[in-house]
Amino acid sequence: MNRWATWLWLVFLFSIPLWMTNQYYLHILIIAGIFIIAAMSLNLLLGYTGQLSLGHVAFFGIGGYTSALVSLGFDLELTDRYSFVFPAQPVWIAFLAGIVVAGFFGWLIGKISFKVRGAYFVIVTISFAEVVRLVALNWIDLTEGPMALNNIPPFTLGVPGLWELTFLRKIPNYYLVLVTCILSYVVIARLVGSRLGRAMIALRENEPLATSVGVDVTRLLVLAAVVSAAIAGAAGGLYTHYIRIIDPDVFMFIYTVTMVIMVVTGGKGTLAGPIVGGLIFGILPEVLREVASPEMQWVIYGLLMIVIVYFLPDGIVPALSSWWKGRSGGGGAGAAAPGPGAPPKIGEERA
Amino acid sequence: MDQFLQHLLNATMLGGTYALLGIGLTLIFGIMRVVNFTHGELYTFGAYMVFFFTMTLSANFFLALVFAMVLGIALGAAIEFVLLRRLRGASIDTTMLVMIGAWIAMQNAEQLAWTGVAKSVNHPFPVDPLVLGPVSVSWIRIFVFCVAVLLIVGTHLLIHRTRLGKAMRSTFQDRETAALMGVNIDAIHTATFALGSGLAAAAGALLGPVFVLVPGMGDMAALKSFAIVILGGLGSFMGATLGGFLLALVEELGAGYISSGYRDGMGFLIIIVVLIFKPTGLFARKERIG
Repeated sequence: MNRWATWLWLVFLFSIPLWMTNQYYLHILIIAGIFIIAAMSLNLLLGYTGQLSLGHVAFFGIGGYTSALVSLGFDLELTDRYSFVFPAQPVWIAFLAGIVVAGFFGWLIGKISFKVRGAYFVIVTISFAEVVRLVALNWIDLTEGPMALNNIPPFTLGVPGLWELTFLRKIPNYYLVLVTCILSYVVIARLVGSRLGRAMIALRENEPLATSVGVDVTRLLVLAAVVSAAIAGAAGGLYTHYIRIIDPDVFMFIYTVTMVIMVVTGGKGTLAGPIVGGLIFGILPEVLREVASPEMQWVIYGLLMIVIVYFLPDGIVPALSSWWKGRSGGGGAGAAAPGPGAPPKIGEERA
Repeated sequence: MDQFLQHLLNATMLGGTYALLGIGLTLIFGIMRVVNFTHGELYTFGAYMVFFFTMTLSANFFLALVFAMVLGIALGAAIEFVLLRRLRGASIDTTMLVMIGAWIAMQNAEQLAWTGVAKSVNHPFPVDPLVLGPVSVSWIRIFVFCVAVLLIVGTHLLIHRTRLGKAMRSTFQDRETAALMGVNIDAIHTATFALGSGLAAAAGALLGPVFVLVPGMGDMAALKSFAIVILGGLGSFMGATLGGFLLALVEELGAGYISSGYRDGMGFLIIIVVLIFKPTGLFARKERIG
């Protein structure tokens, strides 16, 4: 039954551009989809390993900037006489480069910052994002600083000489984001469902105990950080080639907060959580736009976040699935696949 | 050399306010273990209160400073009472999420109230700077520095010489024992948060007339406060004071000799370097306060 529900969902999602003719709604869905990918990647760290990374937007931005620069080409004056010229590359290669570079920074930051935990970790990650933002703002030779990188080429698909599709319109971009979304979901679901994923959950629940049964904590956290950063970088690449302009504002802390709100509201540590949260906070601004100014909207989000932490500390998805279980006597588990805590599983793993 | 002396003087003047911010946060973050994202908003609040009293109500400048600090204390107490009291004993991540929510709501409420247009505050000090041989400094900055030093000394005396200070120190050393000895620990939590918030508001009120006021000004202040606290060591009063001056010096020299664009980045580099090489901070002592 669960499998049927999944297929129905997929059919529904793939059919949306066929009947939704309003391009603006499609645009909202594309942006929401990009943020859902970023939120899913954050959820891997925040929900499964329990590390609150508040610098996540750095990976998003690094992926975006790398992808933009590789597809545009750049030259760097290293000395007066010698300058390094990088020719423009096809967009797909640029996109991959963005993922790889973001993943590399995930590895670097993981190596550095997983020496500390809790509040310290949070502050290191915030600092990292701010340093990256300042570099993007001030390294004008490379990033154009506040003048932004313009005319970033869109994705293209086709057989050379025969047929070519440029992703300028909404519909192909929608499918691109949807497919990336599904791929990221599958990668995260496979990782979380594996032995490694159970080790991550064990680590989140009780770090000394996890260490004592042989979980290599640092290696595991760095792995999670690399995967998470790479997926966030992919989201950044999609964003850049869809919007086709990128400036240092992409590193603003508020975007990290948006991702955190999506994950926490939807349900951290559930696969469906970031999707539900991402849809809510992707669509809510459009609904609220009629009645509230942007500042008022942010006031509402802030208060909503407090209310959710108080009243639905696990988020919407776990609350719904436990309500559903209670109603149907433990039958269907809803869309939330492996539950957040699932403490018995940890015992089974080592039993 | 003259330029270096000028940088040194500027750093000292700025360091006083940084130390205030750092001490306020070390009380809340270092001792209460609340990652206080509203610290920067209290700073903004202090600055806008001075603007409100002097420019909108045309009250006396010095009176406005006092009002701003008192209201900052009241707002801090309200935040602790409404948001944090019921989260006592909750995980650090939970309180952090609540504080992020509060920070977003407060910052945008400030933007609603005073719009995003930069505001400036008039002050009664002469415009001509005081020239001391090769260096010069404006009168308002001297005043700000003196008030900051007075507040630092006052807070030090409050924590180390009064019954309230003793109750604070004992509460955060061992909550249960303090409660058994008859300390009202709920009141102490509120008082500590209010004191830290009051210091942040005071820093904002003092620096507001020096710079211009924008609703987002608190973000940098908050992040710098975290840098100062980490640099000085969690919960260390002395560390926060020295850390404030040290951060101001690093920023001033960095802006002067490297690039002014990276001025605000110095704090973050300090955080990263300190946490990699000496996570306890430079001045941490065994006891958790003082």
